[in-house]
Amino acid sequence: MRYIEQQTVVKRMNGRLIANAIFKYIFLAATLLALLALVILLYRIVSQGAGNLSIDFLTNFASRFPDQAGIKAALVGSLWLMMVVAPTSIILGVGSAIYLEEYAKQNRITSFIRMNISNLAGVPSVVFGLLGLTIFVRAMALGNSILAAGFTMSLLILPVIIVAAQEAIRAVPGELRDASYGMGATKWQTIVNIILPAAIPGILTGSILALSRAIGETAPLIVIGVPVIIQFLPEGVMDTFTALPMQIYDWSSRPQQEFQAVAAAGIIVLMAVLLSMNSIAVIIRNKFDKRY
Amino acid sequence: MRPSVQEMIAQSRGKRNKKVIEKIIPIILFLIASVSVLTSIGIVLTLIFETITFFTRVPFFDFITGTTWLPFSNNEAQFGIWPLIIGTLKITVIAIIVAVPIGISAAIYLSEYASENVRRVIKPVLEVLAGVPTIVYGFFALTFVTPVLQAVFPEIKIFNAISPGIVVGIMIIPMIASLSEDAMSSVPKSIREGALAMGSTKFEVAWKITIPAALSGIVASIVLAISRAIGETMIVSLAAGSTPRFDGDFTGSIQTMTAYIVQVSKGDAGYGTTIYYSIYAVGFTLFLFTMAMNILASYVSKRFREEY
Repeated sequence: MRYIEQQTVVKRMNGRLIANAIFKYIFLAATLLALLALVILLYRIVSQGAGNLSIDFLTNFASRFPDQAGIKAALVGSLWLMMVVAPTSIILGVGSAIYLEEYAKQNRITSFIRMNISNLAGVPSVVFGLLGLTIFVRAMALGNSILAAGFTMSLLILPVIIVAAQEAIRAVPGELRDASYGMGATKWQTIVNIILPAAIPGILTGSILALSRAIGETAPLIVIGVPVIIQFLPEGVMDTFTALPMQIYDWSSRPQQEFQAVAAAGIIVLMAVLLSMNSIAVIIRNKFDKRY
Repeated sequence: MRPSVQEMIAQSRGKRNKKVIEKIIPIILFLIASVSVLTSIGIVLTLIFETITFFTRVPFFDFITGTTWLPFSNNEAQFGIWPLIIGTLKITVIAIIVAVPIGISAAIYLSEYASENVRRVIKPVLEVLAGVPTIVYGFFALTFVTPVLQAVFPEIKIFNAISPGIVVGIMIIPMIASLSEDAMSSVPKSIREGALAMGSTKFEVAWKITIPAALSGIVASIVLAISRAIGETMIVSLAAGSTPRFDGDFTGSIQTMTAYIVQVSKGDAGYGTTIYYSIYAVGFTLFLFTMAMNILASYVSKRFREEY
């Protein structure tokens, strides 16, 4: 008795191989299409905006005239925003991660917190804006200040930082922990002296990536009521300010063609900031990768 | 002379504050961890309370059944949510039509065909695509995709549903690709090699082995991507226009839920007006939609997971 009919196999083989080859190239083409979209996007922005990029563009305030418009207030505003968001979100995120990984018992409260974090990550950013508007801008009367925007952004990226920090802490080998306890260290001493130093590269990488998301977020700032035309630099966290994406949004939504080139120049500045932040994250990741 | 170990131990026994720290730290960390819970509670309560105020002025029934969204009319303001929902769905449908075939094909290519070197190039590029701020995508939709579409189909207006829909689709490709690829990569190699040893081609392995085994993860990635598309704000604010409409037209200006919130926020609807409260009602509706999608995604990935 024959299990395989050789004739049928031979007859079908050609079609199967052709299908295999065709689909391989379809899948490859789809992948390249996604990459092509990125290339076109970057090319368009650079070719539109490069002409407007100059030292003046970086040092001028916003203007009604496209050729005098600059991004100084937005750039400085975004840096101020990061000075609030970075400490707030990292302290909250790493603290939460330490609690969940080191202290939390396996009970209902813990699994509720975990579930809550993953749900929070799926809430649209514009809804975070509504939260910030109600709680920070109105209830706590912070107005449309750097602090109000910074707190809102911190809560927005909090889930990302918590998850990144949890993974970094989980990746610390158990032997290090056991050795520390074996030497008589307490739990907190072990965390501060052993676990955190070992987990810091992972925590930093995740945090920088989360911060780069915060720097490009626009919707919550609009909802909070962050203004666009600002002719002064903020001097403290209670001042009003504007940020890079707000400025870009304003320029893009103007009907004049000239302002689109200005918007593209603003996008180049924003992308340059993002690129340098991501490069730092990659450098940290590569430098400290697989130490154990 | 340095103190001996016994002396050091005796010394540190004397320190009371060490024990206090060990007791206080977990409490502080628990409080920090509860910030994320408080955030969720804050979001839900904020939306509920302001939405209730909205419903004291606009009947609930009119809101959920109305097909006219005319908030800025002075004497005949109408708040029927359906035009905004239809606008959101138009964007989402186009985005999914664009993103699902490309995203899943890319995932199959990466997990089944690509060599390690190719993966090492393509995956970071996809990460970059995922990291581009949505305002940049919005600018791209308005200044590139729309003019290109207009050149091919002259009936398309400056503000339309197609161009932002396509660009939202491009935005969610990396999400579908990387989550689906994770699901496909976690299918055990032994099953794949078994099929290859029986004489399957790579395409047959992908089609008959990997995709069925990873289906729950793939479907979950699509559902999550739908949630992202529903909540996407800046692309639609810039390129889709601000005309809430209850029809099936994709070529003219529309308005989504998110774009309405932005439109009101950047205008100066005074605190306490009905329009001010309407953004919370719309935000609440948006929140319910995305929440339903997120819950569906985690249900699908848990309930239908194939365990090996």
